[in-house]
Amino acid sequence: MLRRRLNRWFGGEDRRVDSRTIYVGHRPCPANEVFIPPKFCDNRIVSSKYTVWNFLPKNLFEQFRRIANFYFLIIFLVQVRASFVCMPTQTVISDIIFFKIRTSWLPLVFLTVLICSQGYEDWLRHKADNEVNKYRVTVLEDGRRIQKESEKIKVGDVLEVDEDETFPCDLILLQSSRDDGTCFVTTASLDGESNHKTHYTVPDTERDVESLNATIECEQPQPDLYKFVGRMHIYKNNEEPTLRSLGPENLLLKGATLKNTQSICGVAVYTGMETKMALNYQGKSQKRSVVEKSINAFLLVYLCILVSKALVCTTLKYVWQSKPGQDEPWYNEKTLKEKETNRYLNMFTDFLSFMVLFNFIIPVSMYVTVEMQKFLGSFFISWDKDFFDSEIEEGALVNTSDLNEELGQVEYVFTDKTGTLTQNNMEFIECCIDGHQYKYRDASSEVDGFCVTDGPMNTVQQKAGRVSVVEREELFLRALCLCHTVQVDGLMVDGQVVPPLQEQRGFIASSPDEIALVQGAMRYGFTFLGLESKTMKILNRTNDVEMYELLHVLNFDPVRRRMSVIVRSISGETLLFCKGADSSIFPRVKQEEVEKIRMHVERNATDGYRTLCVAYKHLTPEEYDQVDSGLREARLALQDREEKLMAVYNQVETGMNLIGATAVEDRLQEEAAETMEALQGAGIKVWVLTGDKMETAKSTCYACRLFKRNTELLELTVRTLEYPGKRREDRLHDLLLEYHKKTVQDGVGGNSLTKNNINGATLSMVLNSSSENNLHDYKDLFLQICQNCTSVLCCRMAPLQKAQIVKMVKNSKGSPITLSVGDGANDVSMILEAHVGIGIKGKEGRQAVRNSDYAIPKLKHLKKLLLAHGHLYYVRIAHLVQYFFYKNLCFILPQFLYQFFCGCSQQPLYDAAYLTMYNICFTSMPILAYSLFEQHISIEMLLENATLYRQIGKNAMLRWGPFLYWTLLGVFHGLVFFFGVWFLFSNPALQDNGQAFGNWSYGTIVFTILVFTVTLKLALDTRHWTWINHFVIWGSLAFYVFFSFFWGGVIWPFLRQQRLYFVFANMLSSVSAWLVIIVLILLSLLPEILYVVLRKPRGPYARQVVL
Amino acid sequence: MMASSYNAKEEDGHHSGASSGTGVSKNKKPDNTAFKQQRLPAWQPILTAGSVLPAFFVIGLIFIPIGIGLYVTSNNIKEFEIDYTGVSSDSPCYNCAKNFTWNTTEPCVCTVNFTLHQPFESNVFMYYGLSNFYQNHRRYVKSRDDRQLNGDLSALTDPSKECEPYRKSGDVSIAPCGAIANSLFNDTLVLYYVDSNNSISEIPLVKKGIAWWTDKHVKFRNPAGNGNLTLAFKDTAKPVNWAKPVYELDPLDPENNGFINEDFIVWMRTAALPTFRKLYRIIQKKSGATPTLPNGNYMLNITYNYPVLSFDGRKRLILSTISWMGGKNPFLGIAYITVGSICFCLGVVLLIIHHKYDNRNTSADIPS
Repeated sequence: MLRRRLNRWFGGEDRRVDSRTIYVGHRPCPANEVFIPPKFCDNRIVSSKYTVWNFLPKNLFEQFRRIANFYFLIIFLVQVRASFVCMPTQTVISDIIFFKIRTSWLPLVFLTVLICSQGYEDWLRHKADNEVNKYRVTVLEDGRRIQKESEKIKVGDVLEVDEDETFPCDLILLQSSRDDGTCFVTTASLDGESNHKTHYTVPDTERDVESLNATIECEQPQPDLYKFVGRMHIYKNNEEPTLRSLGPENLLLKGATLKNTQSICGVAVYTGMETKMALNYQGKSQKRSVVEKSINAFLLVYLCILVSKALVCTTLKYVWQSKPGQDEPWYNEKTLKEKETNRYLNMFTDFLSFMVLFNFIIPVSMYVTVEMQKFLGSFFISWDKDFFDSEIEEGALVNTSDLNEELGQVEYVFTDKTGTLTQNNMEFIECCIDGHQYKYRDASSEVDGFCVTDGPMNTVQQKAGRVSVVEREELFLRALCLCHTVQVDGLMVDGQVVPPLQEQRGFIASSPDEIALVQGAMRYGFTFLGLESKTMKILNRTNDVEMYELLHVLNFDPVRRRMSVIVRSISGETLLFCKGADSSIFPRVKQEEVEKIRMHVERNATDGYRTLCVAYKHLTPEEYDQVDSGLREARLALQDREEKLMAVYNQVETGMNLIGATAVEDRLQEEAAETMEALQGAGIKVWVLTGDKMETAKSTCYACRLFKRNTELLELTVRTLEYPGKRREDRLHDLLLEYHKKTVQDGVGGNSLTKNNINGATLSMVLNSSSENNLHDYKDLFLQICQNCTSVLCCRMAPLQKAQIVKMVKNSKGSPITLSVGDGANDVSMILEAHVGIGIKGKEGRQAVRNSDYAIPKLKHLKKLLLAHGHLYYVRIAHLVQYFFYKNLCFILPQFLYQFFCGCSQQPLYDAAYLTMYNICFTSMPILAYSLFEQHISIEMLLENATLYRQIGKNAMLRWGPFLYWTLLGVFHGLVFFFGVWFLFSNPALQDNGQAFGNWSYGTIVFTILVFTVTLKLALDTRHWTWINHFVIWGSLAFYVFFSFFWGGVIWPFLRQQRLYFVFANMLSSVSAWLVIIVLILLSLLPEILYVVLRKPRGPYARQVVL
Repeated sequence: MMASSYNAKEEDGHHSGASSGTGVSKNKKPDNTAFKQQRLPAWQPILTAGSVLPAFFVIGLIFIPIGIGLYVTSNNIKEFEIDYTGVSSDSPCYNCAKNFTWNTTEPCVCTVNFTLHQPFESNVFMYYGLSNFYQNHRRYVKSRDDRQLNGDLSALTDPSKECEPYRKSGDVSIAPCGAIANSLFNDTLVLYYVDSNNSISEIPLVKKGIAWWTDKHVKFRNPAGNGNLTLAFKDTAKPVNWAKPVYELDPLDPENNGFINEDFIVWMRTAALPTFRKLYRIIQKKSGATPTLPNGNYMLNITYNYPVLSFDGRKRLILSTISWMGGKNPFLGIAYITVGSICFCLGVVLLIIHHKYDNRNTSADIPS
């Protein structure tokens, strides 16, 4: 790709408009007559969402996108406005008004708090932005060093960056303090690779940055971290400008940190929001949980019910009134004002009055309770001592409490590899030389650190006797010491013998397992001392320094999957050492050697180790000359350079002798494999998204048992796409179809075992192909394949690609709930993209933690977080939501039914105090306690049986089925309450002294039954009775009784009507009332008891019973 | 956010995180308390067929006898009801009902004869019943001023707005104001026993003890006026539809006059449903073995003041004895018997299910 585009560039036939020209140091170049300073965006970073000006409207808009908030606003307006405008509404309200206005304020207060907290958060973001934007950087201007604020950097400025500083924008490296024109950079915060990467200066610019006169043409900013195309024109003394091509190796990315280099100079090419890092990050959007969506759906249903109830009542009212004598009998005349009001206005206000009367069906208090539940409930996560990690002395951190229940709904887990699954800490485990296994134990316990655990020779002494074995060993170790691109950190004194105890010596390499190998060799007595002017020095076992002249490095590339070095020893021998993946080495060595090693390699791979095979070859001077010339020629080639180099590599890396194999362990995080297994057992699909190489990632997947030996791997990589005679796109198409057939269309049995490997470059083809070749089903195909695999591995992902994958899955059919786990800044975009983002409090800074919804110290904590906490939270909140809708339905239904018996006159059945207190005091605490403490299955049980997690998958408790059940239950209860009492009141003389009860007694009896029934219903549902539950449930019933006595026992001077005066006490003095309350409560609870009893105890229940 | 990635050094500055839950203080192990670790000791009841079964039987066994008892009690209550509205032309009150006008000085009186076939042994409670009378209409229910009724002097002369349009008569405020008071039931019912000799004897009706004690003694109070009600109400007008002012409701008994008139208090307790009954008088049981109301012929003398035909209402007289559960109502008995039987039947069904399930359960357990 890059080549092709470069060709296009140099060919000049397709001059792209979307390129930018940068004048280094803002110096006009001779070629251009007029110097027009181009306009680019400044280096300011804006991550905040609002400004002072747009905060209120924008935030309000976002708030009212929630249906509930909008509804409450409307109801509030109706209630407040109505009291000034419409009479009938006003009177209804004044009937219910007592606390009503105050409770209507409640959501408004709540809203204000929400808005304030969001404002505060945004202020914090502003502060963080400012901190970054005001960071001092050094700019070279006309030979002087000037301190500037970071935000003032302009494209074209030449900057100086010191060691361990972060680059403030994307720079082209011009000058390095290192002699060889390189600098080392770590991009941990960008792509999670913590190793050091080498970047190169543009040739011819190192010396004279101050007077450099050059322009840079490069492409417009794009998010791909590994892609950069540009060229530099260097003007010298009116000579013809020299042209240098620029690639990603010249570009230093914002966010990366300079390492092991004193300082560098570079010219800014992309600034501010156009840097690759900024393009890779997305704003934090408000996440809403699936429960919240369900609530909204239910809310709509209840809104419909509410509106239809109001409509029915309004209609009936006018039907009823049309009968002569009904509308205005002599005993009940209208006021003058009522008579004068327009009939249609009356109808409208009647409708509004009914809305107000029934509006309790939409539980305002539910939102308050849900928020409280989430807020308080999230403390259990941060309190959990199982999440406490003694190493970092921290527990879990909850950043958003909105998503607690989402943890119980996860279907896809996207995990980062480096730092998340693995500790990113390579360790040399064992090697195998000539079929003998050498396992490193403790250097001190053995004379030379070797321990032969199998093979023909069992003791060192015996082994030493066989010269050939020792020779092979030494050859192998030399190969390990020579065949790499590791650099030694720190200064080495030439020729001085260094004691071999320098374990802590710093090595720098682009791949951590190279370091592990060199360190491994060091333990066995061969220490790599460093590379100095093409000479590699090795300290051997006898403390002699061996010198090798490094002739060529045949670089590693993912297609060949091996690398080689050609060295010349002092004795003049020319040797080629090669190491690489078994699959790429075995065909290139003498076959008789292979079998001995293959067994070891395979076993090591099964253990999850990363294996490499090492081979060597003697080169005769003639051979070497041939190779040397071939390589030189290829390197100078202008066209197809890579292909030509490859051909030479392949030519020389044949007929080698296999010496042995190594096994390096990429240390997994504690219990990573167990965690992954548990997640898979819970029916969660685990996708590994990593920026790392495929081989590395694959071995990790094997190690943590995401991939198993007997499973089929479907690979989709650049390598598998290389197919003779076909364009990549066609091949991709074929492969996709083939895999699709395998996974989707073929039998169900097989597909559960397939895994998928995807490579970043391929992915971008998959995702972008749609526009290119009209085969827009690539993405769907790909998705279908992946979704049918048990686990998916995506390698070489740029941060944005990770987010794209997450987004793709998130938006796929059924919109599954996704969770992203990561520890580095490169995971931030996927953490933000997923429904739930989990940050690991790892070593790579705090980016991920800060952007996550939950942060845990270790990956292993994910298991408990999902299986126990997530499960419980989901069950709790789902029950909370259903219960709230239920209890308000059976609260309001009698009120609605009463309208049929009072001429649809909006007469409330219950007293205002009851109407208000019902949700606030009488029934809110038990459900809150339930939703905080319920453990329908114990935590241990949940952790033991991961499959339990599947029971609540797909929002099982908040689907329409359960909703319908609860609604029907509410309707049934409402009917029982109302008509039970209605039958009783066919003769209202219920006291033993013949006195009769009135309408408030009716309401109070219904209300008493109601409060007791809904509370006892909750008691029936409670599986986990702590003392708090007991206290709250019985306490709130007692409080109801106490309150009723109290409320009815006093003539309240502030009340206009003493409606409930001694109503409750009189009710209790009537035996009939007692009897009806008891029988109706029992009747209401019967179906519930039956349901609980008849529900088949599922696995864990049955076991619990048995236990 | 991304901006902060500049500073690798800022390890743990502010939490840009959302509102809540950043509970753990740094470097501190969470407390190992049962509460925080969600390990509070808990009772974990599991309702199974086995544990619920006995409860069902017990409930069934308790409820059915109670239900039967209630049903019998209700059946033993004697109740007599007669409609005296005068809708049909052969009804004695037909003329009164038809020729009703508000402004009559001469009340219309009609007499209804009826026969009790069974004697009413204990105290008999005399109710008037109204049908299709919406005492629970919102406009009606709220149309009162409890402050005024409680003797508040300021409310007496300036009643609550809720009383509209029965708040003021001209410029003078009405006492008691509001629609409820205005429509006070004002038929006078007198009951005579016609014995076998055709001699007529009036049955003494007790008009006290028909209202809730708390209403009469606390909630309703006459305005202070040194014992002279006429004086106390001097600045007020009588309700529009009343024939006489409130202080003449029972001129003979100052304890039953004005706002604390029991008929008035009973009326002011608005009924729950459009068909209702209100206690009118009590016929005390005489000492000795004679029934309160022996079987025989009776004569009800009605001073017909209360029009109901305009809204298609009905008026009834109800004579009823009372048991410990109140008036006659078979509903409770039936409800208890029904629920009791349901529980019992469910108990039987559950027993069968439990039996079967148990077998399955044990057989399923053996292989595992």
